[in-house]
Amino acid sequence: MSDLPLVFGQVAKVDTGDTAWMLAATALVLLMTPALGLFYAGLVRSKNTLNTFMMSIAAIAVAGFTWALVGYSLAFDGTGDLIGGFNNVALHDVTFVPRDGTTIPALVFMAFQATFCIITTALVSGAVVERMRFSAFLVFAALWSVLVYAVMAHWAFGGGWLLERGTLDFAGGVPVEMGSGFSALAAALVVGARKDYGRQALLPHNAVLVLLGAGLLWFGWFGFNGGSGFSTGNPGVLAFTNTLLCPACTLLAWFALDAIRGRHVTAIGAATAIIVGCVGITPAGGFVSPGWAMALGFLVALPSYYVIVWRPRTRVDETLDVLAAHGVAGFTGILFIGFFAQESWNGVSDGLVYGNAAQLGDQAVAALAAPVYAFVATYILLRVIGALMPLRVTEREEALGLDVTQHGEEAYATGEGAILITPEAGFEEEMAVAQP
Amino acid sequence: MKLVIGIVRPERANDVLEALYRAEVRGFSLSRVQGHGGELDRVENYRGTTVRVGLEDKVRFEIAVSDGFVQPAIDALCEGGRTGEVGDGKIFVVPLERAVRIRTGETDHGAVTPVGPA
Repeated sequence: MSDLPLVFGQVAKVDTGDTAWMLAATALVLLMTPALGLFYAGLVRSKNTLNTFMMSIAAIAVAGFTWALVGYSLAFDGTGDLIGGFNNVALHDVTFVPRDGTTIPALVFMAFQATFCIITTALVSGAVVERMRFSAFLVFAALWSVLVYAVMAHWAFGGGWLLERGTLDFAGGVPVEMGSGFSALAAALVVGARKDYGRQALLPHNAVLVLLGAGLLWFGWFGFNGGSGFSTGNPGVLAFTNTLLCPACTLLAWFALDAIRGRHVTAIGAATAIIVGCVGITPAGGFVSPGWAMALGFLVALPSYYVIVWRPRTRVDETLDVLAAHGVAGFTGILFIGFFAQESWNGVSDGLVYGNAAQLGDQAVAALAAPVYAFVATYILLRVIGALMPLRVTEREEALGLDVTQHGEEAYATGEGAILITPEAGFEEEMAVAQP
Repeated sequence: MKLVIGIVRPERANDVLEALYRAEVRGFSLSRVQGHGGELDRVENYRGTTVRVGLEDKVRFEIAVSDGFVQPAIDALCEGGRTGEVGDGKIFVVPLERAVRIRTGETDHGAVTPVGPA
């Protein structure tokens, strides 16, 4: 691959405009992970704020590393049906040379895709906050980012069987949204419910953090969807604009649903609606017209809202509703393409409504395969990790909160009653000597 | 007529509330306090600053009851608040000189008896 540009210089040429946008888009998507940390941290009890936030930060550390080491290669090297190859392990052959089919350096492409792996790994943490051991989560994140995310990314983006059969997934309905959502369900089942779940009201401790996090996620999502065309060309522009329109309509629909159900339009509902709208347009962004994107915005709210209302009545403590917000909304978005994709807008394929019923079939296959793989693989993975180390903190640690027990810090420390310990032995004596 | 003061762990406060409810003790105040009762200090690190946190968050229940409810209130606090670890808290029972219900002006026994069937 690296010899090609010397021979066919005009084929693989870096475009400066495209590269500039993709550099910015990569930074935008990376911002989504701390934003998700804020969003999640606001939704938990104050004693678990830092641990919840740290799971997202840890995803940057762990998945960023595993992606460069092996995940990128598994996802994007070669066109095997199920997994890619190992030629790009440890970023071998990932250089300034453009990746095939793009006009941006492979390095930028790798970094952009790395941020996807990171945010998706962080998303799954929402299912297990407030009781999972931090060290067990680190191990889980490392293995999950490779065995589940990279594999599914290969299917949808990297030349795997879904891409080959013609499934359309613009920015990650399969690996990111359904991948995280249905993995979250499996993780919640294996790790188990919080000890107070179903007995006490476990309420979000800071709705402002939740709204701020959702707003920053939306901001970053312009890079996520807008960058998934890997250029400043039409698909990216369409996806960018649809990322504005679709969530706005989801917000409106959510306001209405909230008002009907509880007679109030809620702030945390609004934050959730932003996520659901962004997720819905993620797979469809570059394939449907702005008008249909707005229709999708209204439509995608309904199944996710229903699952969010229904889930807390079950024994399944899928704590921050990753399944509803990501799995179900991603599922809706993937299927929506099958009906309303328009070749006049996307230049690729029509959906059922525009005369191509086969596209709906390709979308349905993805909508079945992705949840099954994500759920089963994550279930087995966590069972194996659980056999080797405890997944949960003790009941006592759970009661005290994971900030203090896992990190030795508090999110809202006052310093009252805290006695300073001098950092190094002997420091105090030196001070004493210095005084006359 | 006694004032029962119970200082318990914040994470047990809900269990105490449940136990009090079952014991039909319906009137109480609750405040967040900090205190120290012999448990091991906790060490926290913030960048280069290491501190020993000597004060733990606790929840303080104040329950004014007529004599018949003193033991049920104590039992509820023990049952709801106990984990078996150091730091579960204390209960103090002090005599109560007078009590007045502001709404009606009722005093003493009438003032600390819940309104209604109980």
